[in-house]
Amino acid sequence: MNIKEILKEGKDEKLFLLGNEATVRGALEAGVAVASTYPGTPSSEIGDVLSKISPEAGLYFEFSTNEKVALEVAAAAAASGLRSFTFMKHVGLNVASDSLMSVAYSGVNGGMVILSADDPSMFSSQNEQDNRHYARLANIPMIEPSNPQEIKDLMKYSFEISEKFQLPILMRTTTRVSHMRGMVELGPIKESKNKGFFRKDPGRFVPVPETARKMHGVLMEKMEKIEDLTNKSPLNRIFNRGGKIGVITGGSAFNYVMDVVEENDLKVNVLKLTFSYPFPEKLIFKFIKDLDRIVVVEEVDPVMEKEVLAVIGKYGLEKKVYGKLDGTLPMIYEYSPDIVLEGLETVLDLNLQKKEVYRTEIPLPNRPPTLCPGCPHRAAYYSIKKAVNNLGLENVIYPTDIGCYTLGIESPYQAADYLLSMGSSIGTSCGFSKATDQRIVSFIGDSTFFHAGIPALINAVHNKNRFLLVILDNSTTAMTGGQPHPGLPVDGMGGEAPQISIEELVKAAGVQFSKTVNPLNLTRTQGIFEEALQYDGVAVVISKYPCMLIKSREKRKTVTADIDLDKCENCLECLKDLTCPAIYEEDGSVNIDPMYCRGCTVCIQMCPEKAISAKK
Amino acid sequence: MKPYNIYISGVGGQGIIKTSTVIGEAAMKNGMPVVMSEIHGMAQRGGVVSTQLKIGDAYSPIIQEGGADLLLAFEPMEALRAISQINRESFVVTNTSSIMPFNITASENPYPELSVILDELQSHSKKLFALDAEQIAKDAGHILSLNMVMLGGAVAVPGFPLDREVIMESMRENLPEKSMPVNLKAFEEGFRVCLEK
Repeated sequence: MNIKEILKEGKDEKLFLLGNEATVRGALEAGVAVASTYPGTPSSEIGDVLSKISPEAGLYFEFSTNEKVALEVAAAAAASGLRSFTFMKHVGLNVASDSLMSVAYSGVNGGMVILSADDPSMFSSQNEQDNRHYARLANIPMIEPSNPQEIKDLMKYSFEISEKFQLPILMRTTTRVSHMRGMVELGPIKESKNKGFFRKDPGRFVPVPETARKMHGVLMEKMEKIEDLTNKSPLNRIFNRGGKIGVITGGSAFNYVMDVVEENDLKVNVLKLTFSYPFPEKLIFKFIKDLDRIVVVEEVDPVMEKEVLAVIGKYGLEKKVYGKLDGTLPMIYEYSPDIVLEGLETVLDLNLQKKEVYRTEIPLPNRPPTLCPGCPHRAAYYSIKKAVNNLGLENVIYPTDIGCYTLGIESPYQAADYLLSMGSSIGTSCGFSKATDQRIVSFIGDSTFFHAGIPALINAVHNKNRFLLVILDNSTTAMTGGQPHPGLPVDGMGGEAPQISIEELVKAAGVQFSKTVNPLNLTRTQGIFEEALQYDGVAVVISKYPCMLIKSREKRKTVTADIDLDKCENCLECLKDLTCPAIYEEDGSVNIDPMYCRGCTVCIQMCPEKAISAKK
Repeated sequence: MKPYNIYISGVGGQGIIKTSTVIGEAAMKNGMPVVMSEIHGMAQRGGVVSTQLKIGDAYSPIIQEGGADLLLAFEPMEALRAISQINRESFVVTNTSSIMPFNITASENPYPELSVILDELQSHSKKLFALDAEQIAKDAGHILSLNMVMLGGAVAVPGFPLDREVIMESMRENLPEKSMPVNLKAFEEGFRVCLEK
């Protein structure tokens, strides 16, 4: 499928879409005028598709500097009467949360949907926080789709509800829904109104204490009305299968429940909560009142389980609830059909014949992700280690940040000692600088620097810290698939854009020692690192070379490293100190795979025997 | 329709997701319900990549352990790692050319002998189809057509629910036009080699 097909008019046609692609189609069918994000897996492909089709689709799309800015862009558009859509990974909503709380109070005019893509089991995240709590914290409605078709349909529905009640809607997906592919039947695309008008109303849009008190009351009234809706909504659907046992579930967990129930023909009633907040108390009461046993199947926290228990307490019922709290189901990580079946077997007292599952007893080497062949980060890590050793420095602390370079945690680099969140490398370096006498070398990527590094760098200089900050500038947001950022001359829709200079930002933050190096030049890079390590203050080295994945796309590879086995003394330094996927050992000697080699020349420069050379 | 479950595994960069999409779209165009799961993100950087496809009536794309009808492995050790997905009625198609993990010299566990891997797969499945997809791809014109060699192999497996023409049509819709001759040759050769086994 060509990605542009997402744009096609074709009502009633079917496409095989990724959840994230279906999200974009839903936005188009809803007539979204403004969309914004900061890239983050598992939500990244939504932005990638919007980036390709927005100009043609006639909507405005941007990669914002961070998620808070993205949410603010969308909030203002919605206040001006346009339909707006902002989306991010779960931890991105933490960044945006300050403004999220307020937009719940002030509400919207045009519909606004905020999508949070959660990552149970942490396929590509630092935690697996459950963002259903945010619907409760901000007190806004939540919608949880289970598959691509639902995502598309519910995007449209969410905008209608948002506009009707003048509140933003929080849509929660999880990795298995965002990255699920399925058939999606298309609906008509709605032409979007793309110029709004902001009608001033400070009593509504400026939450100072006096107005905010009133706004909170208004929010409570809106949510009460929406609870009537969630109690009656056909989105919250009961699958009656007879018997006295019922399962309450939603999202991805619903899919596992249905597969297990249907395959094993279990006599279990299922309530799927799709419009899941405000929690539909009356519907829950109606569903459970004649049941003996209730099982709550949800990923990650026991959110609904506690709310079901509250309903039972409130109505004075005596019912047994099975779920996470009593240990029937695991408390953490994502679920699977196997996990759900095991839980249901306990509740139903079943002993189904298990499929034979064979596990090999041969211990297998693991296959961790690694920096790509030719990655400029590898060269930077190699040189910083050389510089630190050359100066005889010990106990150096390496705060790191979020991006491909977090893979610096691996041997032999071992250059990742402390990480909290986007931008934390610089803030925590300030703390280590005050709390210890250890040397500190901090790493942050270019996109992450724009996202949350700048305020911390100002803090570092102003509060007289001492550390070396290495800005690993590979001219892209690499880990999420290569999205642009403010340091590039291109915007989210592929148009020309003013390029913001990292060098100038660093200088403007008051940094006195600031140098830019090409990390693929090992000698010079090591020299500059050594100089920077001896500087008494905040030193910044910008290690600047484009990501190899972008370079490969441009087919700019010019040379390949070639090893002369007659000269090679088999010291294995290249193999052990670089761990480049192109360099491997076979039959006791070192080889370089020409297919993987990207011609970065780092191994050529570091080989003590000069046994590696560049081949055209 | 009872779902036909396919588990595909290998290493990031081998074209696993593209192959899976070709199968999925072919199923859809053939009027069969289909769902698929894929993992993106950090897994791409040389790590293990896997997808799961259910062709038939299913809610979730996640296959129960031991529930795969077909294991399609682009790398032999990754076939062995995924062995808990199959049962004695399952078919296995595996590439025999290995990709060493980058950290293998520092690894506690050595890369297993190919014969050991194949024995394990053979003795816990209904039938194993092992082929040197890398060599076949190179012979077809480009190593990157390895995924189409594997796809050809999969289509030759007894019980595979889609026929060659439907898959080839989907290839045409999903792959760049200029690489089609090489990809089609790779596909045909993978199909032929497996059919003769």
